[in-house]
Amino acid sequence: MSQTIVIDPVTRLEGHGKITLKTDDQGNVQEAFFHVTQVRGFEKFNEGRPFYEMPALMARICGICPVSHLVASAKACEAIMAVEIPHTAAQLRRIINLAQTIQSHALSFFYLSSPDLLLGMDADPAERNLFGVAKAKPELALAGVALRRFGQHIIELLGRKRIHPGWIIPGGVTEPLDAAKRDEILGMIPQAYGNVQYALAWYKKIAEKFKDEIENFANFPTMFLGLVNDDDSIEFTDGALRLIDATGNTVLDKVTADQFDHHFGEAVEPYTYMKFPYYKPLGYPGGSYRVGPLARLNIASKMGTPLAGKELVEFKQLAKGPVHGSFHYHHARLIEVLYGIEMIERILADPQILDPHVRATAGVNRLEGAGVAEAPRGTLMHHYKVDEYGKMVWANLVIATGQNNHAMNRGVLNAAQRFVKGSKLEQGMLNRVEAVIRTFDPCLSCSTHAFGQMPLSIELVAPSGEILDEVHR
Amino acid sequence: MSPTATSVDVKTLIINGENVSARADQTILDVARENGIFIPTLCHLDGLTDVGACRLCLVEIKGSPKLFPACVTKVEEGMEVDTNSERLVHHRRTILELLFAERNHVCAVCVANGNCELQAVAQTQGLTHVRLPYRVGRLEVDTSNERFVADHNRCILCSRCVRVCAEIEGAHVWDIMGRGINSQVLTDLHEPWGASSCTRCGKCIQVCPTGALFDKSKVGVSHPKHPEFLPYLNMMRDGQ
Repeated sequence: MSQTIVIDPVTRLEGHGKITLKTDDQGNVQEAFFHVTQVRGFEKFNEGRPFYEMPALMARICGICPVSHLVASAKACEAIMAVEIPHTAAQLRRIINLAQTIQSHALSFFYLSSPDLLLGMDADPAERNLFGVAKAKPELALAGVALRRFGQHIIELLGRKRIHPGWIIPGGVTEPLDAAKRDEILGMIPQAYGNVQYALAWYKKIAEKFKDEIENFANFPTMFLGLVNDDDSIEFTDGALRLIDATGNTVLDKVTADQFDHHFGEAVEPYTYMKFPYYKPLGYPGGSYRVGPLARLNIASKMGTPLAGKELVEFKQLAKGPVHGSFHYHHARLIEVLYGIEMIERILADPQILDPHVRATAGVNRLEGAGVAEAPRGTLMHHYKVDEYGKMVWANLVIATGQNNHAMNRGVLNAAQRFVKGSKLEQGMLNRVEAVIRTFDPCLSCSTHAFGQMPLSIELVAPSGEILDEVHR
Repeated sequence: MSPTATSVDVKTLIINGENVSARADQTILDVARENGIFIPTLCHLDGLTDVGACRLCLVEIKGSPKLFPACVTKVEEGMEVDTNSERLVHHRRTILELLFAERNHVCAVCVANGNCELQAVAQTQGLTHVRLPYRVGRLEVDTSNERFVADHNRCILCSRCVRVCAEIEGAHVWDIMGRGINSQVLTDLHEPWGASSCTRCGKCIQVCPTGALFDKSKVGVSHPKHPEFLPYLNMMRDGQ
C-alpha cells in the first residue's frame, strides 16, 4: 500500500519548512517534496516607497544575513543612481559582508550541523543540539560561539548594530572606519584563526565516519553559479557572476547583475512558496543549478589568500572536476570562514581604509537597477524598477536558498530512498532526510521573503488519508 | 508681550498643588514649563502660534468638568490646575494609541527612529502597546521634491509644517485638506511638492516631529531635527 510521509516542521534550519515523502505499495519512497510554507510579500509591500529606503527595508527579510541583503540592495540602488561608490566604502562593505559570512557559517556549522557530526545522526534528539555538543566536546562548541561572536562584533563595530545595521546605504556607507575600531578588529583575528583551524582539522577527521552520508546526501551533477573576481579568485561583494556546468566548463562568464534575468528564469511549483530559478537555455528543471559555499569553491580557481588557498587545493582533490556531494558544503563553509578572516585582515591593511570619503550621492538617473552579492548561502540578486521620482514600482529578489531548491528536493528524494524503509518511522532516518537539507543551510525566511520558529513533525499517510505513523518534535 | 511694557499684570495660580505666579498673557503650558512641570506636547513648538491640535497637553481646571489644552489656555487669577490626574494620563495614552493606530508608525524602519517626538512622548507616557486595531492605510509618498520627502503615512497632522511655512517663511505652501480621518497636509493646491511654489528652505523638515517630512540625503543616518532656530528668527524680526 502506498503512503505519504510528512516531516513537519524540519528542524535546525532558519525558517519554516516541511517534507512530504510518498511511497509505493512496497514502501519504497517514490517522490519527495520540500515545502516552504509561508509567504511574506516583501516584493509587493515595498511598492510606493522611495528606492533609497530599500536596503533598510529589504534587510528586514532576515536576521541572519541582513548584511548581504543590505549590500545587494544598495548595489541595485546605485545602479538606479548610476554611481560608482568610493573605493573605501567598497572595501568596508567587503569587510562587513565577510564578517557576516563568518558568523552565519559559524551558526550553520557549529550550532545547526555539528550536533549531527559529533553525536551522530542516530543520537537522541534531546541531546543532538549545541548543548549536547558543549557537553561532549566543549572546545568545539566554544570555537563556534567565538567565531560567531567574531563576525557579529565586526558587524557591530562597523554598522553600530549586530542585526540590521543601517550603515550600508545607497552610495556607500554612512560613516568611515576609525583607527580604534580597525585595531580592535585586528586584535581579534589571531583567536579567530585558531578556532577555525581547530574546526577544520576536526571536521576532516570525522568526515571519514560519514562515507554513507557523503555518498548519498544530494550527491549528483549540477551546474554551479557564483561571483568570481577578474583573477579567478573567490568574491562575495563585488566581481561578476560565472556559471559552470557539471564538468567544470564555463557556461557563462562576467555576467553582471543587470543581465541576470536575461539568463535566469524562476519556475513555480504548487507545493511550495519558494521559487525554482533555472538557467533559461536549458529550461526547468534541466537548467537548475546550485549556489553557496560548494558552488563558490567549485567556480573559483583560487581563494586569493594563502591559508584558505592551501585548503582549496586539498578540497578540489575530493573529486575530478566540480565537487558534487552536498555533504561537502560543510567543509566548504569552514574554508570560507578561514578565507574571510584572512581577507578581513588584508583589507584592513589597505592604506585608504580610514579615508573619510565613503559616500557618493545622486538622484534617479535610471529607472531600473539590479545588484548582486554573495550571501553566506549563495548568490543573492535584488532587482528594482522605480518611477521618475524614485518610488518603487516593481521589485524581484532571487534568493540564494531558492537557487538550491531543486537540488534540495532531489537530495531529499535520494536520501529518503536510501534511508527511509518500511512503514515504521525512526528518528535517525528522518534526521538524515533533514540533514540533507541542513547541508545547504537554507534560509527559508529569506527564500519566501516567512517568520517564526521552526519546530518539526513527520507524518506517514496512506493513500486513503489515514495517518499510519507520526513523529513530532 | 511688547518688550516696552512698563507695568506687568501678574496672576497667581496653583499647578499640581504648587503656588506659581505668571504674567496675564502667559498660557498654562508656558507657566508650567517655567516652573519645571512637564506637560507632554506634539503640536506646540516654541516660535509658532499654538493651535491646540494634538490635545496631549490637556489639563484639568478645578470648577470645570471640561479639559483645557494648556498651550492655548491663558492663566487666570486663582486657577487650580492639575496636569497629571489619572483621567489625563488615560486620555493622553488613548490619544497616542489613536495616533499610532491611524497611520503607519513602524519605528524600526523609519528615518526618524531615535529622533522622533511621537516616539519620545510615547515613551514618557509609558505606552507599551496599542489596544486598537491598526488601520494600516497606504498613503502616497511624495518624493517629487529633489531634496525632501513627504511620507503622509507618518504624519500626525500637528500642522507645524503649515504654521512654519505660513508664519516664518511666509510662503504658505503647506496646508491641510480633507476632513476627519481623511485629513492630509498638502502643498499648494495639491500639486506634487516638487512642482509647488515651495522655496526649498527646509524649515518644515526641521519642525516635523516625526519622519513624515525628511531630507533625502539623511536616509540611514541619525537624523536629529533642529527646530530651536525658530525663537531666534522671531527675535531678530521683532528687533527690526
